[in-house]
Formats: sequence, structure tokens, C-alpha cells
Amino acid sequence: MTNDEQAQPSSTQHARRSIRVVTLYDDVMNVYADRGNVIALRARAAEHGVDVEVTSVSLGDPLPDDTDLVLIGGGQDREQRRIAEDLAAHGPRLRAWADENVAMLAICGGYQLFGQSYRDGTGAELPGAGVFDVTTVAPGPGWARCIGDVIATAVVPGVGELAGFENHGGRTYLGPGARPFAMVDYGYGNNGDDGTEGAQRNEAIGTYLHGSLLPKNPALLDHLIAAALRHREGPDSEPLASIGAPYAERAHAAAVQVAKRRSRRWSRTS
Amino acid sequence: MSTATQQSSPPSPRERLALLLGRASRAIARRLGRSGGTAIPGLVAGALAPSLIERLALQPGHGVATVTGTNGKTTTTHLLAAILRAGGVDPLTNPSGSNLERGLIAAYSGSVDGRGLVPRADARAGVFEVDEAALARLMPRLRPRLAVFLNLFRDQLDRYGEVDSVAEGWARALEEVQTPPTLVLNADDPSIAQLAEHARGARVVTFGVDDDAVALTHADHASDARFCGCGSRFTYEAIYMGHVGRWHCPTCGRTRPVPDVSARRIELREDGSTVHVAIGHGAEQQTFQFELPLAGLYSAYNALAAAAAAYALGLDVVTIASALAEAGPAFGRQERFEVAGRRVRLLLAKNPAGLNEVLRVLTVAAPPLTVLAMLNDGVQDGQDVSWIYDADLEMLAGTGATIVCSGDRADDLALRFSLAGCPPVSVIPQTERALDAALARTPPGGRLDVVATYTAMMDVRSALARRAGVGAYWEASK
Repeated sequence: MTNDEQAQPSSTQHARRSIRVVTLYDDVMNVYADRGNVIALRARAAEHGVDVEVTSVSLGDPLPDDTDLVLIGGGQDREQRRIAEDLAAHGPRLRAWADENVAMLAICGGYQLFGQSYRDGTGAELPGAGVFDVTTVAPGPGWARCIGDVIATAVVPGVGELAGFENHGGRTYLGPGARPFAMVDYGYGNNGDDGTEGAQRNEAIGTYLHGSLLPKNPALLDHLIAAALRHREGPDSEPLASIGAPYAERAHAAAVQVAKRRSRRWSRTS
Repeated sequence: MSTATQQSSPPSPRERLALLLGRASRAIARRLGRSGGTAIPGLVAGALAPSLIERLALQPGHGVATVTGTNGKTTTTHLLAAILRAGGVDPLTNPSGSNLERGLIAAYSGSVDGRGLVPRADARAGVFEVDEAALARLMPRLRPRLAVFLNLFRDQLDRYGEVDSVAEGWARALEEVQTPPTLVLNADDPSIAQLAEHARGARVVTFGVDDDAVALTHADHASDARFCGCGSRFTYEAIYMGHVGRWHCPTCGRTRPVPDVSARRIELREDGSTVHVAIGHGAEQQTFQFELPLAGLYSAYNALAAAAAAYALGLDVVTIASALAEAGPAFGRQERFEVAGRRVRLLLAKNPAGLNEVLRVLTVAAPPLTVLAMLNDGVQDGQDVSWIYDADLEMLAGTGATIVCSGDRADDLALRFSLAGCPPVSVIPQTERALDAALARTPPGGRLDVVATYTAMMDVRSALARRAGVGAYWEASK
């Protein structure tokens, strides 16, 4: 019995661990089911014995003084126009957080606005928060949206294969200060042209993948929770215990099968 | 009901040939057995004679009514057709939900005589559900005398694109059409109520709910029109589902119109509801009630929409109330089957708002609750299954529901249910085997609720119909 207790994760012996999470504009940037990421985060953190304190920050709200993880989801052009200036005003703080290794996950429309700028389908130029050195242009009428299942391989070690679904008109290009989050195996990714998917800066990740992304990519979910804990607890933060995720792993495998069946294998188009 | 004054000439030889070949292709499709041929004749005929839709739309003496929106098209069309039939007007309709141009042509080609004319056309009215993305193109060609707009929710963003573009298409179509139809609008959905601004001179009849007892205590996550055109956030006096409720804009003063057809009280029960309605205003107001044999607030909305459309067409409240009480469910929408000593109810759910309403229907029922949940990812279902995260499956947590997951994406659904706090008892992608397992989990004499996306519903419905001894769908639907 004693042995079993000792085998438990340290969280049951030490003070309970916790992370602070900021969700940005979750009442506006919410049309592509990215709230699944918050649902999965809460459930998985609980399995690891980690409490999650969520602060919802929307239009006109101030950012808190500090946080460990920032989440923002996708939205339509209308919603992006609504939040762009408000978000850009938070740019300096968000960039400072990224430099301090705060974990971030910006999806699709949120990822586009975490870049330098976004020219939408109407030609309007929206300012970005500048967390990532990327620019996005929606080529407008006559260009197909990038829609479909995606398989990509994360650049960061330990995360591996990602499965998701993309649906975006904008094409995103990496600047000299950006590195990709993943490389596309099936699907379009940033622009359908250079094989890159998303961007990263320290522990901040931008990506086009819905699905929802975190529920069926448990390795990425654990990676983000661990990064948030490192920000909270410092470099000596204890690594997460290895816990199975049977439902997530089966859903991941199913999504991978579907993507291989109906998405194009990535190849350079130009 | 007055007769429209439109005149029609008989179809040209080419159009007659197109109709003939369309009918032949339907016979072949049915002979092959897999399909009811609800779209193929239209594809064939429409390709040969593109003018067919205009020609045929002119024939019904009572004109054409269209029904569109994200959720409730098929049921509302079904109920409006039933009311018209009770009022002595023979409806010409597309009952199986084939709601693109080809489905409309198929409905016509199935009812014309050898000369390409609809028999007894003077006594008929076209009642067609129209796909929300197809309406903008079809409106100038169908020239409806009445158009019902039900609601606008996020739905299959991989197929329809962004929600806004659907609303913009409707507004443009109403601005461009020569004679705007009478508009029957959901007062409670701001993106629908605001369509009145785009049809100057049109008669507008609104319907809505004025019963705080059926309002939600907290808002759904899947809410799509929370911001006014002026940029401010709407304020709600009551929310009934999603962004549907009693709304107003605190900045520009836009406000929910007072409904012409108002549900003053709705008593929701496990298998249906009693709806108390007031029609009209002031001294001319009439009140009545009807017993709706379909469960859920969303069904009450569909019935209100059909009642408002019938009222706008001049039918009386007695006819409306008795027709609504007698109308059974539309195809796959709360259809009931008796299988292996269990009562099986089939509920279509294909987007977050629709699934939320279906989940509310399930939780009204007394326990034990047994659910077969089926998620497919075909083009008609939406290839992107992310939407299950926008629905509040958490409603089933703590109900003790026994859940079996099935469909092409059974594993995605099982993950979603487990995150919602109600993990499934089994996960079986194959329809027949999953149905067996779910029936075995249902107590004898008890009820099994089957919740399915579109193509999964088609699959499981044919399995249920076969086991219950019911005909194929083109035979079962009137």
C-alpha cells in the first residue's frame, strides 16, 4: 500500500499545483469550436492534479498582471475586425509574455492576428499583436479557401504527429524572425506552398488547426500544460507524470485515417 | 386563400422531354434500390432544360412559398403543407428534404402529366424548403409569394463558409427581387428579424415566443448573432436558444419586433407540447391553443412559423390548430419506431444549435435514458467534426444516461462525451451492430433515443424501418 502511495504523482504529496490561463475574446472568437481546447485543458489538467484558474478577457478588458497560458480561438472576418485594434493594443504585453516563456496557443483567426498584420478578403488591413513574425493575406474572391483535414509533424520535440482540420482564406508567410510550429504531411498549412504549419516563439504557438486541436492531440496538450507549469514554478518544475489518454488516442488515430483518405499529401505547388 | 394572378404557358417540347427523362431516371434509381430518386430526376431534367424551374414555379395557382433557415426547414415545410391540405389547398412540396434546385425540379417532375403540366394546378400551392445557401440564387427564379425565414446558426462552416455570407446573400436577394414576397420572420432571431430592413414595401408577419418559463437560465455557447449591425452587443430580456430570444440593441435602438404570432405559453412535455398562441394585435387579436405531437421548444418554433405562414396566406385559426395537432413528424425528425419491444425515437442533429435542442428534449424525459449517438463526416454532415465541441453535451452529465457512440467518427464522439463527463458504454462505428448494442441496453418496453447526423440518420433509419416493417423513405413520406 505504501509503495502504491509513493508511486502517485508528487502532486498528492506536495501542495496542489495550479496554472493561470487567460482566454482572449472567447465570446467573439468562438465560431470554430476552439472552446474544445479549454474543455480538454481543464479535464487533462485535473488528471495531472493541476488546478486551472481561467480569466476571460474580452473587448475593453485589461490583461491581468501575469499568466502562465494564453488561449485564443478562430473567428470570421467580421469577428476579426471587431477585435483587431483591441488585441493590437495588448501587443507589447503579449510579446513580453512570449519572451518570458508564457505558453500560448493561438488558433486560425487568432493566429493571424497574433502575427504582424492581416489583410482580409475585403482588402482591409488589420493590425496584429506582433507575437509572431508572420504576415497574412487573404487573396480574396477567386481563390479557394484552404479547407480540409490536416496531418502535420510538430517541430518541437516530443509532440509528434498532429491531427486537425483547417478552414481559412488567408495565406500566412513566415518572416525572418519566425519558425514554423510544424511541417505539413497532408493538407495546406500556412499557405499551401512552403509546407510550413503555424509559427512558434519560445512557448507560444500559432496554428491553423481546429478539430478541436487539444482534445485529440494529447501530446501537445501535455506539452502546453508542462510549459505553463514551468512558467509558474520555475525551471525546477517537476515533469508531468505519464498518463494514458485512451479516448484521445483513438480519436487521434481516427482523424489521421480520415486525413490520409481524403486530404492531399503535401507537395510544393510552385 | 386567394389565387395568385400569375399565368403560365405549357412547357416547350424540350422541357417536356427533360421532365420525361427526369422521371425515367427516378424509376431507375428506385429500381436499383439504394435511393429514393429525390434529386436525380432534377439533376437530369435541370441539365437538359435550365429554364424548367421558372416555368414550373409559375404553375401552382396559389403561388409558391419557400421555407429556409439553418434548422427546422423540413419540419416547418411539412407542417405548412399539412395546414394547407386541411384548408383545401393541395400542396406541391419536396418532402424528403432535397432542398437544392434539383430537389425542387424533382418534386415538380414527379407531379406533372404527359404535357408537362401540373394537374389541377389552380388548386395547388408550391411549398418548398430551400437550402439556406441556395435561396439567394433561387429567389428570383422561384418568385415566391411568401418566404419563411426560421433562424441562422453556425452550420457546416466547411461547406457554407462563414455564417455572415449566408445572411448577406439573403439580404441582397430581397433587395434585388422585383416583387418582394410576404416575409414570415422569426422575431426572436436578430439576424432574421433584421431582414425586414432589406425588403421595402413587403408585408411582414413575425412570430416569436413570449414565455419566460421556457427561457434558458444561462446562455448557450453556440450563439451566433450577439452583435448588432451597429457594432454593439445585444441585450437580452430572455434567451430561448443560442442567440434567439427577446433582444434589443442598447446603442442604436434596434429591437425585437412585437410578434404578430406569439406563443404566450408553451407547456413542454416528453412527447410534445401545448402551445397557447395569440395572433394579431389589438381588437383583432385571436387566441387559440394547439397540441403539438413533437417534443422540444425548437418544434414549437417550427409550428409557430408554419402557423404564421398559414395566417399570412389567409387560413383560419381552427384549421391551423387542428392540422398542427394531427401532423406527424417529418422524415427522420422525431420519427418513432417499434423495434424488438422497444420504442425507438429518431432525432436528426447536425449542428451545435440543433444538437443542444435535441439534448434538451432528451433531458425532459424521465430516466433511464438510453442514447445511440451517431456522428458521420460526409459532405452532407460536415466534413469538419469540430462542431461537437460547440454543443453543450455536458447537459447529459449526471443524468445517468447510457450512451452508445457510432458512425464514421464514433471515436471523436466518444472523446467528446468523455470530456463532457458522460463516457459511453460502448463505441461501435458500424450502424447495425451499434443498434443491436443500444437496443440490448434499453429495458424492454423502454425508449431508445437515436441522435444522428444527416447521413447517419439515413443509414440508421433504413435499419430501423426494416426492423419495424416500415417502408422505404420515399414510400413512408407523404
